[in-house]
Amino acid sequence: MSPLLHVSKISKRFGGFVALDGIELEVQQGERVGLIGPNGSGKSTLVNCICGALQNEQGSVHFDGHAVDGLAAHERTHRGLARSFQLPRPFVSLNLADNLRVPMLYTVHKRSGPLHGDSVDARCVELLRLVGLDHKARHMPRDLTQVEMRKLELARAVAAEPKLLIADESMAGLSHSEIEDILTLLKQLNERGITIILIEHIMSAVMSFSQRLVVLVSGKKIADGKPEDVVRNPDVVRAYLGQ
Amino acid sequence: MSTTRFTLVCVLVGLVVYIFGHLLGIGYLFFAGYTILQFIVLASAWNILGGYCGYVNFGSAAFFALGAYSTVFFYKFHQLPIPILIVIGAVVSGIVGFGMGYLTLRLRGAFFAIATLAMAVVLQTLVVNWSYVGGSRGAYIVRADTIEIGGYAIEYIEYLFLLMMAVAILSIVISRTIARTQLGFGFATIRDDELAAEASGVPTLRLKLIATTISGALMGMAGAPFPYYIGYLQPASAFGLEYGVNSIAMPIIGGTTSWVGPLIGAILLGSLQQIATVTISSAVNLLIVGLLLVAFVVIAPNGLIGLIHERLRGRRSSK
Repeated sequence: MSPLLHVSKISKRFGGFVALDGIELEVQQGERVGLIGPNGSGKSTLVNCICGALQNEQGSVHFDGHAVDGLAAHERTHRGLARSFQLPRPFVSLNLADNLRVPMLYTVHKRSGPLHGDSVDARCVELLRLVGLDHKARHMPRDLTQVEMRKLELARAVAAEPKLLIADESMAGLSHSEIEDILTLLKQLNERGITIILIEHIMSAVMSFSQRLVVLVSGKKIADGKPEDVVRNPDVVRAYLGQ
Repeated sequence: MSTTRFTLVCVLVGLVVYIFGHLLGIGYLFFAGYTILQFIVLASAWNILGGYCGYVNFGSAAFFALGAYSTVFFYKFHQLPIPILIVIGAVVSGIVGFGMGYLTLRLRGAFFAIATLAMAVVLQTLVVNWSYVGGSRGAYIVRADTIEIGGYAIEYIEYLFLLMMAVAILSIVISRTIARTQLGFGFATIRDDELAAEASGVPTLRLKLIATTISGALMGMAGAPFPYYIGYLQPASAFGLEYGVNSIAMPIIGGTTSWVGPLIGAILLGSLQQIATVTISSAVNLLIVGLLLVAFVVIAPNGLIGLIHERLRGRRSSK
């Protein structure tokens, strides 16, 4: 079976700094993949190259059997590649329901044809209920707590009805119970058929969520395999704990 | 309210204002009213790019002048009725708006604003050196005293007032319609966060091009009848600072996130300027704009509409 996402030898430099150095990555349909690495290892740069926010200088990105290199970020979203941001970036002048309405109007509408106003409203309510924010549908993002903001960020990415969701540090700064909330939500999304790449520093969360773990260090992939094997890999231990 | 019903209400209000002015029989009212309507168009047009999308355009005067100089060109080349000249002004300024958008929209913030200002300077230099449209010495437009419409003769200034009323209604309807549609949502996401907008599937570059084109076209429509209004057009008056400053100040004072803000700002500021012109001096116009702008930026950064919304929200939460 061909992978849903195939990243082939991509490289990215910022001036003299090599952010990504020939990264290879395959993600199968329905998989839950954890992507870890120390700060500056290239995780966010890799996400940006996959999603089209940055253009890779070498290599290619294939999604759902098609090369997506050269496509703008919004075109990749139309094809089913969605992301949430490390720091939540809500549309501050729109209420929560309208925040979700945007990807529905511009992505689902584009992919599946015109959506009826009522069906958009119903879908907004359904998604807000899924993340536990349905009682705040008419609230503005400034009224939300940190964990609610992160749930909104995930809901907005899911509103685009993606095949692959890349969740970039969705649990940073949250309490233990809030992390559990987000993990439950991500697992629910995965059960609905959405393939998920989770980028995270919180190892307990990554270990409980991921079926496969990929480790980046200094722009290179140093490990890729089952979580319990990867954390025992000497290179990974060295990267995290030092020599 | 549906767009059709809203348009009919606007037309009705416009007709009432016209009939009231006509019955009073004071020509100056139409003269002053034309200027206020012109600023309603400019403010609404500026707000589509500056308010809805968050891209500040300092070059409004250039689009206005393009409309005006299109009229001067056709006045000399082949005279056409003013409604057709308004359409031509819209097309010319719309095309330039599209071009400006294409060249500058990868710029953001202050860089975009400076680029629009530079475009205005370049266009003014071109006009100053184009003798066919009068160059630096300017061009005279001779108009009739009256015009016959449907067998009924009215003063020419009343005719110009009615035309500008139609353009103002069009700009308000367009502005309101955009805010209520998918396009309006897209513009709001560009203003709030362009990266997140792209990630949500919003084609930001295409939407920005649509905004610059519509905004430029409406400004050109405001400028097209101007030579007939003023009678003598020179680059300094068409590219005047007051158009650039007022186009920005009026939406900011009224509120930039809805179509109502520019309308209120233009009526308020335009009326004040007309009163100041008659009672004090036309030279204090920009002083009034400057003082009000500073006051609003400090007291009500979201404009009058924002101030009203905040008061209402405060009252609701205190209950």
